[in-house]
Formats: sequence, structure tokens, C-alpha cells
Amino acid sequence: MTAAIAADGLRKRYGEIRAVDGVSLEVHSGEFFGVLGPNGAGKTTTLEILEGLRQPDEGTVEVLGQRPWPRNAALLPRIGVQLQASAFFERLTAREQIVTFGSLYGVSGSRAAQMLERVGLTEFAETRAEKLSGGQAQRLSIACALAHDPELVFLDEPTTGLDPQARRNLWDLLREINAEGRTVVLTTHYLDEAEILCDRVAVMDHGRILKTDPPATLVRELDAPTRLTVESGLLGAERARELLAGGEGGTAVPDAEVRDDGISLTIATRTPAPVLALLAEQDALRGLEVRGATLEDVFLQLTGREYRA
Amino acid sequence: MSAFRALARAQLMGWTRDRAAVFFTLLFPLLFLLLFGSLFKGAGAPHITLVQSGPVVLFDSMTAQQRSDLSQELTLVRDDNQADALTKVKNGDDDGVISQSGTGQLVLRFSVADPTRAATVQGVVNGIVQQANQAASGRPPTFTLTTAQVEDLSTKPIQYLTPGLLGWAIATSGTFTAALTLVVWRRKFILRRLRLAPVSLSAVICAPVAVTLLVALVQTAIFLAVATLPYYGLRLSGQWWIAIPLVLAGSLAFMSVGLLVGSWAKTEQAATGVAQLIVLPMAFLSGSFFPLDNTPGWLKGISTVLPLHHLTTAMEDVLTRDRGWGAALPTLGGLLLFAAVLTAISVRLFRWEDA
Repeated sequence: MTAAIAADGLRKRYGEIRAVDGVSLEVHSGEFFGVLGPNGAGKTTTLEILEGLRQPDEGTVEVLGQRPWPRNAALLPRIGVQLQASAFFERLTAREQIVTFGSLYGVSGSRAAQMLERVGLTEFAETRAEKLSGGQAQRLSIACALAHDPELVFLDEPTTGLDPQARRNLWDLLREINAEGRTVVLTTHYLDEAEILCDRVAVMDHGRILKTDPPATLVRELDAPTRLTVESGLLGAERARELLAGGEGGTAVPDAEVRDDGISLTIATRTPAPVLALLAEQDALRGLEVRGATLEDVFLQLTGREYRA
Repeated sequence: MSAFRALARAQLMGWTRDRAAVFFTLLFPLLFLLLFGSLFKGAGAPHITLVQSGPVVLFDSMTAQQRSDLSQELTLVRDDNQADALTKVKNGDDDGVISQSGTGQLVLRFSVADPTRAATVQGVVNGIVQQANQAASGRPPTFTLTTAQVEDLSTKPIQYLTPGLLGWAIATSGTFTAALTLVVWRRKFILRRLRLAPVSLSAVICAPVAVTLLVALVQTAIFLAVATLPYYGLRLSGQWWIAIPLVLAGSLAFMSVGLLVGSWAKTEQAATGVAQLIVLPMAFLSGSFFPLDNTPGWLKGISTVLPLHHLTTAMEDVLTRDRGWGAALPTLGGLLLFAAVLTAISVRLFRWEDA
């Protein structure tokens, strides 16, 4: 596999603040790559260095085999960038925005209709960008970024501020873009988004990449306990502890931790099978939920603190 | 080239859809021209209202023809209540009261509150008395005086209002457009987006400049069309079209002012405020709204360093004073030099985005 992006030892400092503090990463061609981290982790600055908007203080970058800094006119037509703040011309309609941005790349205006349909904005073609909802504006912004058919697409927190429905719609669109063979680099501070969309995720905090792996691998390697939850009152917490300690009619599960908050009874363990069997025997399966570890747990383990979006 | 066209088109469409911008750049200065043009239209020798109190043989014996001739210079009204008539003169409603005491004794009472009107009313009445005396003598006059007004075009208000207000309009639109475009594009990350597209910096800069120049030309055309209407009566001199390069150079000069403001300002509000702070006092000090002929020397001194003063003076010269390239070239060169220097400074201050 060829690398779409190869960055090594990137550092960028603003005064005393080390926004990017030794980032190395490799994005494969055709990959959906996520950069996950809370606000202020250095995601945007990293992205700006990759895009060629900022010069790193240290380190090297190659994007599609070329150096993005100083401004590389040969590279620019091959990348598409959707900016964190939707950058639109004032008082222009959705169609005119796409036509204008397309013209900057020598793309004919006829592609606009196609792009609008692509992002589901056909009926808003003649609506001014300022009048679009948050989700529609993000879609338009993506349409503008894709107008010149780039190989590599950068998306900076595209779903921030969107309602759940709009987020899901946008996820479908992003998956399609990637399925067409484009490499996608996405920054996000939503764990679920990274988990659902990305082939690989780089977890970032304080300007550093803590770990890069497929989301499933990150979660699995965590070896975190599975949580089994049932309705409270079916089985008392004391009784549950007795049974799990290998008491009368029970099975010994040494690592099991039991908690009852009055609404649900939660048992956390790395060996959920005997616990499930036991709950079934006790006829205490009403409202059963089984939750494995999530990226949230990964983050907690990597940084030693709760995830703050 | 296609990038330049696309950006210029986007800029023009955005501008024409901004009703406030269109109003303030095109219509607002035009309203000033319409208003001032009408207000000062009759300026020159004031028309006098004279009150006749009691019988005055001189006026009572006039023929209809004589009365009609007289009405060119003054309006004669009759009010036999002298106290009442004097009050009106005191209040400035009327300009003088004339009454007759005895057979040949005329008394004219006037207020000196307005010296021009005071002098006019004296002159007019004196002239009538002299004429009557001369006619009463029954002999042909020994000396006659024929007066003819020299066609001094500068005294007609429309002749200085047109270049003055046009200069102000161009200064306003140039400064504001450049400053706001820069700030808005930076704030809305359009500059950043353009940096990520394979377009040259010159296309990014030239597009709004071209649009502003186009707007300045449209503004000039409308101004000249309105001012030359018979109602306003502007007469253009032979080489009036030299005003076009002057307008373009002036527009560039004020865009460079706006560029400087836009490079410094962080918000639209700051840019608007500073631009207004520069343009409005400059317009007053440059004589855009009134001629500086009767202003103190220090004010004239200030005006000589203001680009707007030179622009309006040169435009006045070529539009109405029958002067040509000789009057325009130094100003043209000066404006372009001014634009070049300020642009160079702006480039040093320029930031693609707020840090």
C-alpha cells in the first residue's frame, strides 16, 4: 500500500503553547483515517500542517508524494479541504458557491448540479448559503471541497454542532466519499463518530498522538471489562455477590464487580459467559444490556482522565 | 484567468445583492448631489423682498412693464402698517421697508444682519432713484453703463458640487470596499480557502479591485448624467473624459487606504469605524461639500496634503474649467504613487488570518 500522507516528527509552537508536539503518522491510500481528541488537542493545527497552511517548526511532511509547504500549486488540485468554519462567499446561492469554487480549479459550472444532488441539496440550489441550516451548510461545504474531484479529502470536525439526524446523514455521505476510492482524513472530538467511520484512529491529546490503530483493535487491546446490566430488583446485589463468589448454586467469577444504583444492577467482568448463564438461571435477564469497552475507555486509559469533548 | 473571472463575478453578485452597500455607494452620494444641487441652484445675487409702507410715488407711478422688469430683482409688497413691516425686516423675513416722507424724500430702512442682502437692497433702490431722477431731468444720460456678467463657471454650485461629491463617493466606496472585503474574507476564512486552491495571489487581489473600479465608473456615469440634466445645468468642458483616468486612479488610491485599514482591523465594525473616521473629515477638509475659497489659510494648507482635494480639484479642472492633461497629469501621477506606497505598507501588514 502506498502512503497518501507521511508525516514525521511534526512540531508547532505558539509562544509557550506546544500545539503539536512530535506528531508522526502515516495515512494509507484509500484509507478513512481519523484524528480523535478533545478540543485543543492539536488536531486542527496538525491538519493545517498536512494541508500546507502552516509551516511546522520541525519535522517533515509528504502528501501524495509531495511537500505541501511552501504553497505547492501542483499538489493543491489533488486535495480537497472542508474547513472547520464554513467559508462561503457572501450572498451567493448554494449553486453559485460550488460554481465559484469549482472555477478556481478550472471545473466547468455544469458539475454544480451533480454535486448538489450528490450531497442532497438539489432543492436548495437557489438558496443563499447564509440561509442554510447547520447540516446543509456542512454538506455544501463538502460539495465545494469535492467539486474538483480530489484524491485526498480533509474534513475538520464536519459534524460539530449538528443534530443527531443530520450527523447520521452526513456519516452516510462521508462513507460514500471514501467508498469511491478517496483517502479521507477526518478530525473529530466524537468517539462514536471515529468508531463508526474510521479504518484507523489516531488518539491525540496535548499535541501528541498517543496511539494509532483500528478502533476495534484499540478497544480490544484495552482488555476492559464487559458490563452486564439488568433491571434492579430482580436479583439483590448481596445475593449476586454471594453467587459470583461461588456460593450455593453459583459460579465463581473472581473479577466480577457488582453495583446496584436502584435502577439497574451492573456486573463488570472480563469473562461474561458464566455471568450471563448465572443471570439466566436466576431468571434475572429483564432489561439485559451487554456493553463492551468503547473508545471512551480507551481514552481514559491512555490519558488517565475522563474524556472531555 | 478563469479564477479571476469567477472571483470577480462572485464579488460583483455579492455586492449587487447587498442593498445597503448599493445604497451607500451609489445612491447616497447621488442624493447629496440632487439635494445640494437643488438647494444651491439659485445661489448668486439674492432676490430681495422690499415692503412699501404707505404711498410711494416712485413705485405707484410705474407702468406694468416697469413693474415686470423690477420683479426680476425684487419683489415689492405693500404693507401700510409700518411697525409691522419693520418687525418683519428685523426678523429677516423681508429685506427692507421703503416709505415716502414729503414730496421727494424716500426713506429706506434695512437690516445689516445679512450684508449681501443689505448691500443689494440699497443698490437696487438707489439705482431706481437715480433712474427716476435722470428721467425727470428730461435729458439723455451723459454716461450709461452696460453690465455683462463674466462667464465665471466656478461660481455655479453644480460646477464644484459634481466633482466634489463624486470625489467623496469614490473615496467612500474605494476605502470601504477594500477594507471590508479584506476583513470579511479573512474572518470568514475565504482567504484561507483561496490559499488552498491553485489560484494566484494576483487573481485574489485583482478581482475585488476590478469590481470596485467598475463601480466607480458606473458612479461617475450616473453623476455626470444627472448633473448635466437641464435642471442642474452642468456644462462639461471639451476634455471632460480625462476625468475617467482620474476616477480610476483615485479609486485605486482610496482602495489602498482601505487595504491599509483592512490589514490592521480585526472586525468589520473596526474597519467601518476607522474608514469613516478617515473619509468623512477628509471630504470636509478637501472641499468636497463646499468650496474652500473663503476658508482660513490653515485649512487650505491641510487640504493640499489630502489626496481627495487633489482629485476633486483636477476633476473640476477637466470637467468644467476647460483644462486638459496638463491639469490632470500631476494629480494622476500623485494618486498612483500614493496608492503604490500605501499598498506596499499594507503588504507588510497583511495577514492571511488572525493569529
